[in-house]
Amino acid sequence: MPDSSDIILRIDGLDKRFGEGPDAVQAFEDLNLEVRRGEFVCLVGPSGCGKTTLLRTLAGLDAPSTGTLSIDYEDKEKTTPLAMVFQQHGLYPWMNVENNLRFVLKAAAIENGRHDEIITRFLDAVGLAKFRRFYPNQLSGGMKQRVSLIRAFCVYPQLLLMDEPFVFLDYQNRMVLHQLLLELWTESRQTIIFVTHNINEAVTLGDRVMVMTAGPGRFKREVVCDFPRPRNVVELRKNAEFGKTVVSITEDLKEEIEKAQALESEGRMKSGDNDRISRMRGLEV
Amino acid sequence: MPTSTKMENLRYRIIYISSPFFVLFLWEISARTGIIDARFFPPPTQILKQFIPLFVEDKFYIDIGSSMWRIAAGVALGFIPGAILGMIMGLSRTARAFFSPLVALTYPIPKIAILPLLLIIFGLGNFANIMVVAIGVFFLSLINTYAGVGQIPKIHFEVARVFRISRMEVFKSIILPASLPGVFTGLKLGVGYGLILIVAAEMVAANAGIGFRIWMSWETYLIKDIYVCLATISTIGIILSVGLDKLEEKIIHWK
Repeated sequence: MPDSSDIILRIDGLDKRFGEGPDAVQAFEDLNLEVRRGEFVCLVGPSGCGKTTLLRTLAGLDAPSTGTLSIDYEDKEKTTPLAMVFQQHGLYPWMNVENNLRFVLKAAAIENGRHDEIITRFLDAVGLAKFRRFYPNQLSGGMKQRVSLIRAFCVYPQLLLMDEPFVFLDYQNRMVLHQLLLELWTESRQTIIFVTHNINEAVTLGDRVMVMTAGPGRFKREVVCDFPRPRNVVELRKNAEFGKTVVSITEDLKEEIEKAQALESEGRMKSGDNDRISRMRGLEV
Repeated sequence: MPTSTKMENLRYRIIYISSPFFVLFLWEISARTGIIDARFFPPPTQILKQFIPLFVEDKFYIDIGSSMWRIAAGVALGFIPGAILGMIMGLSRTARAFFSPLVALTYPIPKIAILPLLLIIFGLGNFANIMVVAIGVFFLSLINTYAGVGQIPKIHFEVARVFRISRMEVFKSIILPASLPGVFTGLKLGVGYGLILIVAAEMVAANAGIGFRIWMSWETYLIKDIYVCLATISTIGIILSVGLDKLEEKIIHWK
């Protein structure tokens, strides 16, 4: 049982519904979760189970319908509470790599005098030192996502939210970035909540994987991934336990996907729910 | 690039460059052989010769200068308020609700149809002509800036919100640069439209300018002079368009 001061995030009976009446879409319901400081938690679940909505709720981009959500930041004034890596890189195309980083650093609680040193260190860490003055349209997809990754790390947030950041990358690039993310995290040990569809990715990165049910999402099972750290993404795949964990989560998810398909064929859940949520979110914003 | 693609590109480039010369050549032959009436369609070489007396004896450059000055003043007077109001409408729902019906009601009015009213208000002279251009440019600037602000990807704002960027900084470092492509489209369309409007306005309400010169040439049946004026307008249009494209490339280099 962790000490309560160790808990950075606590959610209790959290619900999110978009719209009202018969057209309402329940994104997730009755979610309960505690996350320890420095923990790496991955959320996996079938499409439309509310993973992204949960992350957006944690980021303050969506408001919960009911339930409580508390984030216990330490010394909020002197540190950066939260950062997020989005599915799309979200870099500002008119700013070069350096200025994209500088832009968030300026808003963070980090002295101006340290900005250059931080930018150089992170660019070096992800092998982009030579691309400091490049604009996003001059970078490949993988490079842009690397910048997006270090943009979140460089402000040293207490809570780092990652919404399928590698979903648009090819397998090779994804592997490289998994390793990079592990290295960055090993150094900084921020609390990370990482949403993904990719079970391999979740087991490779996380201390814990929360498997979600088909929409509306609930937590179905918690899987502890206590593989030794620091991890090597290639070596980890040779571990028999890794394979077993992936298979066990896959079976869980298969069951949920079948349930989702059954619901869909009964007309209780529509395949366009994600689109409808996006539209309703637009209205709410 | 493979050689075959290079050759193909070169081929299309040659076609692109030579097409006006080809049409001019056909025109020349047709006018000289009587296939078309040379009184209305004088051979291009004769039109070209007409440039010299028009510039030297008739000081055509003063007309060009007058028109250019009016366009510049009209664009400045119309573009800046249009961009500011477009930005306000893009950012504020209240402003959008208030101004949208007004824009919808006034935008379809042909701008040249307002000229008589402007002449009554401001009297004969430069200002009425400038105002016609300004009104035309204003709408194009407003609509395109508004569209530009509306098209800023939502993720830009979400990133700013998550990283706790201040509202002032969001305006300065996100909204302004992100809406620049729309602002520039408004400027480019506005300058092109301004050229059309000024020529039309000068035909009825000026005593100098390219439009005035065309009208005078029509009254005195100087057909070659009309063609010289048309070629001049076309050249000015191309120069302005290429110049603005270059400026856009420089300012909106990330596009």
